[in-house]
Amino acid sequence: MEIPYFYREIETAPRAQIEKIQLQRLQEIIDCALQTPFYKRRLTKVGINCGKDLTTLEDLKKIPFTTKDDLRQNFPTGMLATSMSNVVRIHSSSGTTGVPTVIYFTADDLEKWTNLITRSIVATGATKDDIFQNMMTYGLFTGGLGLHYGAEKLGMTVIPIGGGNTARQLQFMQDFKTTVLHVTPSYLLHIHSKLEELGFSVDKLSLKKAFIGSEPHSERARKKIEELYHIDAYNSYGLSEMNGPGMAFECVYKDNMHIWEDAYIPEVIDPATGEVLPDGQEGEFIATNLIRKAMPLLRYRTRDLTHLIAEPCRCGRTHRRLSRIVGRTDDMLIINGVNVFPSQIEEVIMKIPEVGTNYLIQVEKAGALDKLIVKVEIYSKMFLGEAKQLDMLKGKIRDRLRASITINANIELHEPGTLPASEGKAKRVVDIRTEM
Amino acid sequence: MKITQISIFLENRKGRLFEACSLLGSNGINIRALTIAETEDFGVLRIVVDKTDDAVKCLRENNFVANITDVVAVEVSDKPGGLASVLKKLSENNINIEYMYGFMEKFSDNALLVFRFEDVNAAQKVLTNNNIKIVTKDEIKGL
Repeated sequence: MEIPYFYREIETAPRAQIEKIQLQRLQEIIDCALQTPFYKRRLTKVGINCGKDLTTLEDLKKIPFTTKDDLRQNFPTGMLATSMSNVVRIHSSSGTTGVPTVIYFTADDLEKWTNLITRSIVATGATKDDIFQNMMTYGLFTGGLGLHYGAEKLGMTVIPIGGGNTARQLQFMQDFKTTVLHVTPSYLLHIHSKLEELGFSVDKLSLKKAFIGSEPHSERARKKIEELYHIDAYNSYGLSEMNGPGMAFECVYKDNMHIWEDAYIPEVIDPATGEVLPDGQEGEFIATNLIRKAMPLLRYRTRDLTHLIAEPCRCGRTHRRLSRIVGRTDDMLIINGVNVFPSQIEEVIMKIPEVGTNYLIQVEKAGALDKLIVKVEIYSKMFLGEAKQLDMLKGKIRDRLRASITINANIELHEPGTLPASEGKAKRVVDIRTEM
Repeated sequence: MKITQISIFLENRKGRLFEACSLLGSNGINIRALTIAETEDFGVLRIVVDKTDDAVKCLRENNFVANITDVVAVEVSDKPGGLASVLKKLSENNINIEYMYGFMEKFSDNALLVFRFEDVNAAQKVLTNNNIKIVTKDEIKGL
């Protein structure tokens, strides 16, 4: 097999060279980080006053971890390392509460990120001759715009259709002979269940590849997608704190995701002790972003559980591979590709006076898609005796949740005292999604 | 001449309606009229009883979500067109009905209906002006 590369020299660089680049970029990014009050405090405390104070990659371990909570506490601009006039784009993802996580990019940051995405797309064997239908949500979410620009840079024909509207998705695939999709695996499976009903047939489509990501899925789900559509499906990993997609991607061998180590320093730690674990051992994935100067993040705790694979890949790339994400160290839920923290839901429902004290968040499968059910108790003193009032209350809760977490939830009203109480270790999140 | 209806919120759980009714029964409370407004995941049981205050007290003590609403009980001639003639008067006078349901028993040859009006006072006026009999609280108790 001929292996396609976008930047062969870097992608196949010897380990020593990769580490040399990492150290040099780390020193540069630390100088940027020191421009922010947050990192200035953090880094000087451990004796780092400039990038050159780190003389080997081993010195990285001196730097304390950065958490999502740090981002929240420094919202909105406490971690911005340049002036706002140099920022050309903002992306945002859900925070653990109403405060979102905000990421800033300079023009140069965006170009570097875009290059990584193009590199990732090329690694799958896709080319400029492909018709690329980007079915991820555009907007604040990094998945849509990220792949969009990476695909354009490669010269693919990009259809920026965004998420949803299954009939239109299929119509475009058919009319424009789409060959490559970027989509969440659950949505791609859902579309297949609607195909016939909507008058389409896989045989009449021209699909060859799908880039799947944004939500955890099993190897079985990937295989199922490949069988149903007769395509190759490539796993993608990224999080907005690390720019978004294009961070780690599978190559033509579809054997775990190459993490671009000239742009990131990956580590895996024991989430309980913070101790760095050797390659191959499962733990929490930690990443340092080496290329985003508007907003450096050092040793960021992703809360994703995985392991690193150091063995060389048949494709010849020397960058280590990230294994499939097997879980989370926090309570974040991923619902149809959207990240949601139970605390965000709690914050919304507890502000509504007609809602009582207890609630239950249930996630289940409705076909291939995820379904969020929020069960709340009504506050008895607020019940005026009319069913209409309760229907309006359900609508109000649904609307407020949609505004906060961008998900349409099913709301169920319950009598006081029937849902798990708030004291003690009440289990308020029930995830009964079964692996398909 | 309004009477009091009790509304009880019932979550969609097996046996919950039975629990509400048996609680009232064991406390010697007699249900005179009843209807259920149902939705996908909950219902609101609406009842008119002989001892309203006792009923509300014992429901709340037993963790039911209950509240009272003013409704009007009307005597309607129990023959074809009886209800229509009452509705005609209400409609001619722009009185909106939110919902209505029937009593289980009657104490004359006429049928008894419970009306929930958007504007109870205006509705009462129209009924009285048209000589339509409104049933009093005491009459309900004595049923």
